Amino acid sequence: MSTTTVAHHEEHSDHPTGIMRWLTTTNHKDIGTMYLTFSLVMFLVGGAMVLGIRAELFQPGLQLMNPDFYNQLIGVHALIMIFAALMPAATGFANWMIPLQIGAPDMALPRLNNWGFWLLPPSAILLTLPFTLALFGIGDGAIATGWTFYPPLSVQGGIGVDFAIFAVHLLGVSSVMGSINIIVTLFNMRAPGMTLMKMPMFAWGWLITAFLLVATIPVLAGAVTMLLTDRHFGTHFFDAAGGGDPIMFQHLFWFFGHPEVYILLLPVWGFIPQILQTFSRKPMYGYKAQVYSLWAIGALAVVVWAHHFFTAGMPVPALLYFMYSTMAISLPLAVLFFCWIKTMWKGSMSFETPMLFAVGWIILFGIGGLTGLVLADVAADAQYHNSYFVVAHFHYTLFAGGIMGIMAGVYYWLPKMTGHMYNEKLGKLHFWLTAISFNVTFIPQFFVGLAGMPRRIPDYALQFAEFNMISTIGAFILGFSQLLFVYNIIMCAKGGQKATDKVWEGAEGLEWTLSSPPPYHSFNEQPVIK
Amino acid sequence: MADSNPSQQQVANKKLAMKVLYVVVGSLLFAFALVPLYDVLCSITGLNGKTDNTAATLSKAKIDNTRVVTVQFVSAVMPGLGWNFYPKQTSITLHPGQIETVVFIAKNTTTETVSGQAVPSVTPGKASSHLKKIECFCFVNQALKSGETKEMPLRFFVSPDLPEDVKEMTLSYSFFKAPDQK
Ligand code: HEM
Ligand SMILES: [Cu+2]
Repeated sequence: MSTTTVAHHEEHSDHPTGIMRWLTTTNHKDIGTMYLTFSLVMFLVGGAMVLGIRAELFQPGLQLMNPDFYNQLIGVHALIMIFAALMPAATGFANWMIPLQIGAPDMALPRLNNWGFWLLPPSAILLTLPFTLALFGIGDGAIATGWTFYPPLSVQGGIGVDFAIFAVHLLGVSSVMGSINIIVTLFNMRAPGMTLMKMPMFAWGWLITAFLLVATIPVLAGAVTMLLTDRHFGTHFFDAAGGGDPIMFQHLFWFFGHPEVYILLLPVWGFIPQILQTFSRKPMYGYKAQVYSLWAIGALAVVVWAHHFFTAGMPVPALLYFMYSTMAISLPLAVLFFCWIKTMWKGSMSFETPMLFAVGWIILFGIGGLTGLVLADVAADAQYHNSYFVVAHFHYTLFAGGIMGIMAGVYYWLPKMTGHMYNEKLGKLHFWLTAISFNVTFIPQFFVGLAGMPRRIPDYALQFAEFNMISTIGAFILGFSQLLFVYNIIMCAKGGQKATDKVWEGAEGLEWTLSSPPPYHSFNEQPVIK
Repeated sequence: MADSNPSQQQVANKKLAMKVLYVVVGSLLFAFALVPLYDVLCSITGLNGKTDNTAATLSKAKIDNTRVVTVQFVSAVMPGLGWNFYPKQTSITLHPGQIETVVFIAKNTTTETVSGQAVPSVTPGKASSHLKKIECFCFVNQALKSGETKEMPLRFFVSPDLPEDVKEMTLSYSFFKAPDQK
């Protein structure tokens, strides 16, 4: 056994058990499991909040809550889903799968990895604690500005804003740590012979994500820090009366915020092609074209931010620039769609749950991208901005494109991670319920958005009543269907039919050469790639 | 243990991690550098209609009698400031280079002395750098006693370099409660 390549590994060869195992672990599989579990829990928490929102919107008028509490739910729902559900899920997969896929014994910086995870639970508590504090008469609840923290509202808001700012700081530090780790792992720990252009697509997706994260998260951290000093230390970064400018916050926020939407999706664009090739039983089409497209999207992502506030007032040349650069992103994206479809073309396809999710994902995410093009049109956006059309657009990209993509990954890798097959029938049922109720929830939101229903408002005009009712019914089915997902995962972790090493007939890649589940320490002897 | 004798691999990993950390620190600094950069960019390009908020020196430029521009005045009072505030005349037509004085009227309707700060903005953005203020109530905070009414003058001219195609511009003032008072 080689001891030089993995000098740290004897540290925990007799690892502690019980809670101490999880608190102190530096094992990439343990940490990956913690990230994924955390993500699932927060997905349910964020989902419960939005059911409150949809219940209020079931009928026009105010039935269940006051507008302020409604806005708190909106803001915390979004922050949780983005920072505590989607991002940790992607990081969880990175931890589990990147070392296995590139033939490394572990992540490059195992201790940093542990800290990165353990910053997450405190930040989740920071986000939600103001709700509880308000029950005891402390403060007036959680952040009520939406996830975008726009001043002057966020400067005037209560302690919920401070809690959210600190939560964002912690979450930012955590994801920067995770990104540093992933970059170092991918550059330094690949199996001999695995050149960059032989890396699995998932590794590519994550490498670009990690670059985007280290470049943009600090800008968000800087922006919310300025908010904090505006709130408490007498600075006037965003206060027009003091010589500042609230619009500047929008620039800073979206300089992070737009790349963030690709941060959420690039890992998914990495593993979906792997799933497609597995269940089409033929090699991925256009590997190089896909890698270059990922890079192109990563680069364009940082130069299009102002399409989020076309209506805030900009000179016409700026409007045109941001419109055309935004639309340009759809070119590399179209290349990716072409490659995904061509990968399946004339393949010998089968539709196990991961493949169902992957194919459904292509269609639904496609709708998200196309509606984005509509919004990128300056003239059209003047009408659609801040309407439910935007809400529907980003749920097609983030729920379908993000969460449903992650679900494809969960079903794909769960047998590898647990060593057991999940219940295929339940998995398929979960897919169909999710896909159908998702559309029932969000298609009506396109319609009411086009007709002028504004977002982030707890009440609405009577003409929107039917579509909102349909949307709420869809949302409740969608929400409760996820219990099937949770049940399936728990049962699969506990037992079930043994999974083979390869799990899927058409699976390719190093992770499938290991046993299911893989040994606690894998690839102590790095494989050589020819 | 491992740490007392780190492997080559670990040394290389730490090195690369430090390099990435520099990028992180760099983009944090970049975020704060964007604040002055933003102001510079806005005053060069007129983005956001930001006007130069210091007194312009008296115009030595000749009056351009060949054309006229109309300047419209708009006023707003921001929440938290209990004032009435409006321009005495809503627009003026003048030659570029011609110096004029217009008056805004402010009244404090509250029972306390309050000071306010007016923030100007000009549309279209490309005209904003051509509106030159010689004297303006917006240069400093204005304090009004309870019930007091004050005439606030603005003395300005439009620079003769104003692009030919701009025939109309709007000068808008938003009065904010001046920062740092209870
Ligand atoms: C070709 C692809 C895309 C284009 C052209 C596009 C364009 C746009 C535009 C112009 C807006 C602003 C609309 C407004 O507020 O008036 C917007 C909003 C948004 N987009 Fe996209 N988008 C695309 C893909 C995506 C993807 C892939 C994601 C997520 C992974 C995404 C997530 C979002 C989110 C979260 C918002 C709303 C943010 C907010 O205001 O809270 N978009 N998109
Ligand atoms: Cu965007």
